[in-house]
Amino acid sequence: MTLDIARIRQDFPILNREVRPGVKVVYLDSTATSQKPLAVIEAMNDFYHRFNANIHRGVHTLAEEATAMYEQARVKIAKFINARNPHEIIYTRNTTESINLVAYTWARANLKSGDLVILTEMEHHSNLVPWHMLAAERGVQLEFIPVTENGLLDLETYKSLLARTPKLVSFTHMSNVLGTINPAAEIIKLAHDAGAITVVDGAQSVPHLKVDVHALDADFYAFSAHKMCGPTGIGALYGKSALLDAMPPFLGGGDMIKEVKLRSFRPNTVPAKFEAGTPAIAESVGFGAAVDYLTGIGMDKVAAHEHEITEYALERLEEIPGVKVFGPSADKKGGVASFTFDGVHPHDVAQILDRDGIAVRAGHHCAQPLHEKFGIPATTRASFYLYSTKDEVDKLVEGIYKVKKVFG
Amino acid sequence: MDDLYREVIIEHYKNPSYRGHLDPHDISFADNNPLCGDHIQIDLRVDESGKVTDARFDGHGCAISQASADLLVESVIGKSVEDVKKLNKQDILDMLGIELGPVRLKCALLSLKVLKAGVYGLCEASDELVE
Repeated sequence: MTLDIARIRQDFPILNREVRPGVKVVYLDSTATSQKPLAVIEAMNDFYHRFNANIHRGVHTLAEEATAMYEQARVKIAKFINARNPHEIIYTRNTTESINLVAYTWARANLKSGDLVILTEMEHHSNLVPWHMLAAERGVQLEFIPVTENGLLDLETYKSLLARTPKLVSFTHMSNVLGTINPAAEIIKLAHDAGAITVVDGAQSVPHLKVDVHALDADFYAFSAHKMCGPTGIGALYGKSALLDAMPPFLGGGDMIKEVKLRSFRPNTVPAKFEAGTPAIAESVGFGAAVDYLTGIGMDKVAAHEHEITEYALERLEEIPGVKVFGPSADKKGGVASFTFDGVHPHDVAQILDRDGIAVRAGHHCAQPLHEKFGIPATTRASFYLYSTKDEVDKLVEGIYKVKKVFG
Repeated sequence: MDDLYREVIIEHYKNPSYRGHLDPHDISFADNNPLCGDHIQIDLRVDESGKVTDARFDGHGCAISQASADLLVESVIGKSVEDVKKLNKQDILDMLGIELGPVRLKCALLSLKVLKAGVYGLCEASDELVE
């Protein structure tokens, strides 16, 4: 059973947008942020129209309803990734904040000078810089699982690094540049066998794959709403209850306390302990609606559709002389095609494609070390989601031929 | 096809006249655009009267950044350092003959930023140099 893409596209009003008269947007930038279905836009609208109030402690009807909606969304999100307990879902701003939360709380309570943290060469800056900062502050050692020529993690080197008994292994489930889907369960199992805790950057995997944190046995799993049909400004950190309970709080303020005296405080229980201040309430409702939307369609179908589009895109791109696509073959990756085009800088490629309404991203995609590894300053990245079509891939390919014409 | 990629820009990008280094040089400065990774280095020779006698640029980046560097370097040879200090954003846009949005403007102005940081003898280039 395949998806009715024409029907799905009607759920996303922005896909009808003309970026200039007669030129419809061809949105191939979902890895940066996905578009939002009406169901999500309307859920947030409805919240502000009928339910808006601050959550917790309010005894009036609106506050009670808003609190219930905020917590219902948490239940949906927990179910979506198969967390056993909704309290294992901490609301954050985004994946970046989720990873920083672990770095500021768990890591600062548990790591000391000389302890080893293993990362990979394909990480987004959000899973590099928090650890650089920790290394500078604590003298923690960082090592990196290398990326092979065809864009896979070198697991043999990983195994030899594990012999040095790391305390933490933090890695991306799916690369935002190469599209590589890493063998998360295997990486986590190996880390646990070596006595390490694991953090998974799930920014790209949760929107595109069926993720089961329980089956993966992940200790922490970070993701963002805005890449999975939800709003910006809200994300989540999944953490195993035992770890979250033992961790010190993150930001201090309202809601994260049980009791405050003039000179001291007692932190609240999980998840409130990590949710200081008024959170993104309408966004949590939108996050819940996004989860409902994707669940209604079925993540297996989303992944299968993206696989079909990606396979087609790789095939079409690779037939263009001068185009080099990075990363593994379609069977090992998600809906991402990052490429270079001989003699033309990615910014120029993206700019010329924009003339035809084709939205792609150009640059290092917040993964500068990975680009350095491949000896290139930047790539052009086309990325796909449940609403992407083969027709859009064809437009991309036509556009690249136009680039070729401009640059002679 | 479109104004942004006028022939003159493509020509200066593909066949720059002033790409290279000067050794020895009197002034050399390099910087990059952290958003896109464009990189430009500019070397100058300046005589006793304060006139730029020769100039070269090197680096990598998009057509806009590289073509504007070639055009800029060409334009400063023979100018006094004092006149170079007076160059501004509009001078670059006039040279390129195009209109640019805010993102690509940074590409176009990188070489001017590098050049001015060099002639002012600064440790670090700032965007204020090209306002």
